[in-house]
Amino acid sequence: MENGLSLEIVQTIASAATITIGAIAPAVAIGWIGSKGVEAIGRNPESAGKVQTSMILAIAFAEAIAIYALVIALIVKFV
Amino acid sequence: MEISLAAEKIGHIGSLPVTNSMLLSWIASIFLAIMAFWASLKVSLIPTKVQNFFEAIIEFLYDTANSVLEDEKATRKYFPLVATLFIFIITNNWLGLLPGVGTIGIHEISREGHEVLVPILRSGNADLNMTLALAIVTMIAVQVFGVAAIGTFKYAKKYFNFSGVIEFFVGILELLGEFAKIVSFSFRLFGNVFAGEVLLVVIAFLVAYIAPLPFMFLELFVGFIQALVFTMLALVFIKGAIQTH
Repeated sequence: MENGLSLEIVQTIASAATITIGAIAPAVAIGWIGSKGVEAIGRNPESAGKVQTSMILAIAFAEAIAIYALVIALIVKFV
Repeated sequence: MEISLAAEKIGHIGSLPVTNSMLLSWIASIFLAIMAFWASLKVSLIPTKVQNFFEAIIEFLYDTANSVLEDEKATRKYFPLVATLFIFIITNNWLGLLPGVGTIGIHEISREGHEVLVPILRSGNADLNMTLALAIVTMIAVQVFGVAAIGTFKYAKKYFNFSGVIEFFVGILELLGEFAKIVSFSFRLFGNVFAGEVLLVVIAFLVAYIAPLPFMFLELFVGFIQALVFTMLALVFIKGAIQTH
C-alpha cells in the first residue's frame, strides 16, 4: 500500500471539487441577473429590448466564470 | 474514450504543424467563401429564395449591431468585423457537430505507450489557439477603432488619466482589464465548445442511441448563443471605445 493517495485519485477528486464549487457562484449570479432582468421588463415593458440585451451580456460574463472553473477542472484531470 | 485538451497535430506544412481543428476551420472558411459567392450570383430588387435567406441573416446581424451601437453610421463602419465574427464562429461551432467530426481518425501510439485515436477533424473553436486568435484580433480592432474615432490623445487619456490619484489607478486597472478581456473572450468560447464536445463524447459513450439527442440540441443552441455573445461583447467594447465618456 502506498504512502498517501496516488496522483490519479487526487486528480479526480480535485477536478470534481473544482467544477462543483466553481459553479455555485455563477449559478446564483445568473439566477439573480435573470430575476432582476425579468422584473425590470415587467415594470417597463417598453424597455424590453435594452434590458434584454444588457441581461444577456451580464449572463455571459457570469457564465464565463463557471467556464474558467470547468477549464481548470479539465486541465487537472487530463493533463 | 480519449479526451485531449489540446488539439492533436495531424500533419505538417513545411515546419508549421497542422492540427485537426485547423483543418476544420479551413473547411469552414472554404464553405463560407462558396456560400458568399453563391449569394452574390443573382442580386435583384425583388429577392429570390436564396437571396432572401442571406438577407435574413444580414438583417438579423445588422439589427443586433444597431441595437447595441445605436448609431447608424457607426454600425455601417463596424458591421463587417462583427458580422464576420458571428458567421465564422457559428459556422465553426455547427460544423463541429456533424457526424464524423471527432470520430473518424487515425490510430496512433501516444507518448505513454498505449494506442489512442487521433481524430482527423475537431471543432474549430475547441482549440485554445483559435479562440485566442479571435480574441486578440477583436481587442486590437477595438483599440484601433477607438483611436480612429476619437484620436490618439483622447483615447490614451482613458487609460492614462493624470487628473488625480484615484483616476490614475482606475486608468491602469482599465488597461489591465483590456488584457483580461482577451483571456475572458478566448476562454469563454473555448470552454463552451470544448466542454460541449466532451459532453457529447461522454453521453454517446454511456448511452449510444436516443439519449444524445437533447444534448445535440443543447450544443446547437450553445453554438449559436456563444457566437451571439462574442459578437455582442465585441460590439459593447467597440461602443465603449468610440465614446468620449
